[in-house]
Amino acid sequence: MKLDDLVAAIRAAHGSHTPLRIRGGGSKDFYGGMLAGEVLDVAGYRGIVAYEPTELYLTARCGTPLAEIEATLAECGQRLAFEPPGFFGATLGGCVAAGLSGPGRQQAGAVRDFVLGVKLVDGTGQVLDFGGQVMKNVAGYDVSRLLAGSLGTLGVLAEVTLKVLPKPVAERTLVFGLDAAEAVARLNQWGGRPLPISASFWHDGQLWLRLSGAGAAVEAACSELGGRPASVDADNFWHAVREQRHPAYAGGVLWRLAVPTATPVLPLAGLRAIEWGGALRWYGEEAETARAAAAAAGGHATLYRAPESLRCRVDAFAPLSPALLALHRRLKKSFDPLGILNPGRLYAEF
Amino acid sequence: MDFSPDASFQTDRATLARQLRLVLPAHCLLVDEEDLRPYECDGLTAYRELPLAVCLPENEGQVVDVLRTCHQMGVPVVARGAGTGLSGGAMPHAQGVVLSLARFNKIIRLDPLARLAVVQPGVRNLAVSEAAAPHGLYYAPDPSSQIACTLGGNVAENSGGVHCLKYGLTVHNVLRVRVVSIEGEIFEIGSEAPDAPGYDLLALLIGSEGMLGVVTEVTVKLVPRPELAQVVMASFDDVGKAGAAVASIIAAGIIPAGLEMMDKPATAAVEPYVKAGYDLNAEAILLCESDGTPEEVAEEIARVTEVLKAAGASDLRVSQSEAERLRFWAGRKAAFPAVGRITPDYYCMDGTIPRKRLAEMLAAIADMEKKHGLRCANVFHAGDGNLHPLIMYDAAQPGEWARAEAFGAEILELSVALGGSITGEHGVGIEKINQMCVQYKTPELNAFRRIKAAFDEGGLLNPGKAVPSLHRCAEYGRMHVHHGDLKFPELERF
Repeated sequence: MKLDDLVAAIRAAHGSHTPLRIRGGGSKDFYGGMLAGEVLDVAGYRGIVAYEPTELYLTARCGTPLAEIEATLAECGQRLAFEPPGFFGATLGGCVAAGLSGPGRQQAGAVRDFVLGVKLVDGTGQVLDFGGQVMKNVAGYDVSRLLAGSLGTLGVLAEVTLKVLPKPVAERTLVFGLDAAEAVARLNQWGGRPLPISASFWHDGQLWLRLSGAGAAVEAACSELGGRPASVDADNFWHAVREQRHPAYAGGVLWRLAVPTATPVLPLAGLRAIEWGGALRWYGEEAETARAAAAAAGGHATLYRAPESLRCRVDAFAPLSPALLALHRRLKKSFDPLGILNPGRLYAEF
Repeated sequence: MDFSPDASFQTDRATLARQLRLVLPAHCLLVDEEDLRPYECDGLTAYRELPLAVCLPENEGQVVDVLRTCHQMGVPVVARGAGTGLSGGAMPHAQGVVLSLARFNKIIRLDPLARLAVVQPGVRNLAVSEAAAPHGLYYAPDPSSQIACTLGGNVAENSGGVHCLKYGLTVHNVLRVRVVSIEGEIFEIGSEAPDAPGYDLLALLIGSEGMLGVVTEVTVKLVPRPELAQVVMASFDDVGKAGAAVASIIAAGIIPAGLEMMDKPATAAVEPYVKAGYDLNAEAILLCESDGTPEEVAEEIARVTEVLKAAGASDLRVSQSEAERLRFWAGRKAAFPAVGRITPDYYCMDGTIPRKRLAEMLAAIADMEKKHGLRCANVFHAGDGNLHPLIMYDAAQPGEWARAEAFGAEILELSVALGGSITGEHGVGIEKINQMCVQYKTPELNAFRRIKAAFDEGGLLNPGKAVPSLHRCAEYGRMHVHHGDLKFPELERF
């Protein structure tokens, strides 16, 4: 597949007012609003375009499997520090368009923090280059980062440049027996101290804490924090968290609540897991009032996974204020004037 | 550079003053020329313009009223923080109003447990870290002007500093902003919770140079202050070797807290002024900082030292005390004023380049010094490829400023040709408006213009800055062709 093919497909759809549903690996079809439109399969536009370990960046086409990118980085001792879920066959384009980060987000930052540049094909079939390959670039509006999490509604992210980082020298995982309230309190206390904590996961009375960094620093922190060393293979454990294969994420309905990190345990049934030092909380189907509870705490709730019967009644994402919604529509229109790209995938209104 | 007055706005001074008096108390409004004079420029003093009025609101309601008034009258508005910017982003509009946020100087809330601070935009960068210090926390971005520059300006420019390779830019350290649109509408963008729903408008607003809205509140992330920091200072007899050493450090899997380079003219300017102990025989020196727990720092310093030796450092010194570490840094941090002592005026550039092209860039700058007949000292955020050449000139000598400007433009355009950007942290402002036509093609510039229109349809916020008009690019393109062929024809374009 060539860039010209992508451009031609979008131009044709633009010409005929045909809604398109952009699809990479299809690993996140469950995520966001209902799927609509003719499938525009971009998986064939793949391949790593440039990778310079000492410049700390990698550029690849949207259809490149994340697994291929991770394998290439690993050969040079590097990685994507935000640890995006790879699911089954996730691609780079989908990873950035969905904006989902994994356990590493607690310390390293989110997908958007690592986006340096994007080659975008907008809703009229125009190719636009934003950002670049350098770490610092404040010329023009930061459109590249705006595209992270836009779910393909502003254009096809044909090519993305990400900042990459070295793998930590040492990693250790500790386990603590704590209830949810204690875990949140402890995580926030630790968060204010210069400890090399890189990830956290609480489930069913156990808090798992990952420490990453220089060998001596990790060892020193381990003896200071206490807890007990993980009895299972820690790499496998964090991989299961990242890929959401841990039993905590099972079940037909899953709510993803993002809240201010020190928020006490919410008065809400069905707590499954806590991540990101307390800022990310997962709830099962019992959490009927999740959206209101998250909003009351100053956060927001996403209906992350649900059967179609529920998805067609409840929006995936927390509603925007009227003023913000109007602004979103104007921005959408500026990139996709006919509204043909992934309509309804982010919000039903566009 | 020609930035001939924008004829698209015509404001009646008396009517404007009358309308503003209706919404602002007398002590919040300046209209007399002697009061306006201090606002005629920002940190880039070569470009000046007098506004019609300066508004100094004391609360958000007054900001809303001023913006509504200007919107109704079709008057340009230039928001301003401390005025320390280096790209003329806060240079007033001759037909417009300067909206100073200087009186928004309160830290509203500091939450040590959640590690964040809610501050007004007129709060100084360093004041946030000072307020957080008793809790062992600080605000990471540390632009060299941090003693004076304000958070509102940092948001507008997406400011960096010497520690951003490890700790990020403003965009990585701001959680939320409260913004007033030109129509006087209030938006909450981002939140204390991660991944706010909808488009990442926070990323769009940070670095938007006052073109999209006026910030009235900022929530920043605070991070734990590392227990210890130490600096290695390395001398090199060749700038190419110093550049290669930077790549070797990163190839070894080390992300230092700071990684800075100075060339010989820069150390020569700094040493008599600061007495930092720099090696004046070296063609370039590198400062590499490690921070963290004492164990972590010891391990990293040992690895860095080894890498630098292998990279051919002719001399290596590790700071043995906090006082010595600060002294090593003092020279780097005082580079601008130190250069200011040896030349009547200097012009600071801000291009970024891939690190591996550094030696090439410095060689080209040396040629440009001969061509333009001006000297240049180079300080470099080597870790993230952000170069600050300081072009020395004398504004009192006829023609020198024009030569400095041409010199600067050539550096910026070479930055783009080498695969970098015209600005890493100072912003486009008015200064680099022509080079935007070099870095971006028409479709991207049109996309920027549409984004601008989605926020500010009438184009009243900071007109003439950051994103050039089609007309300006056409003029600049014509001039280039007029002066000769494409620049740097030997370089690949990508």
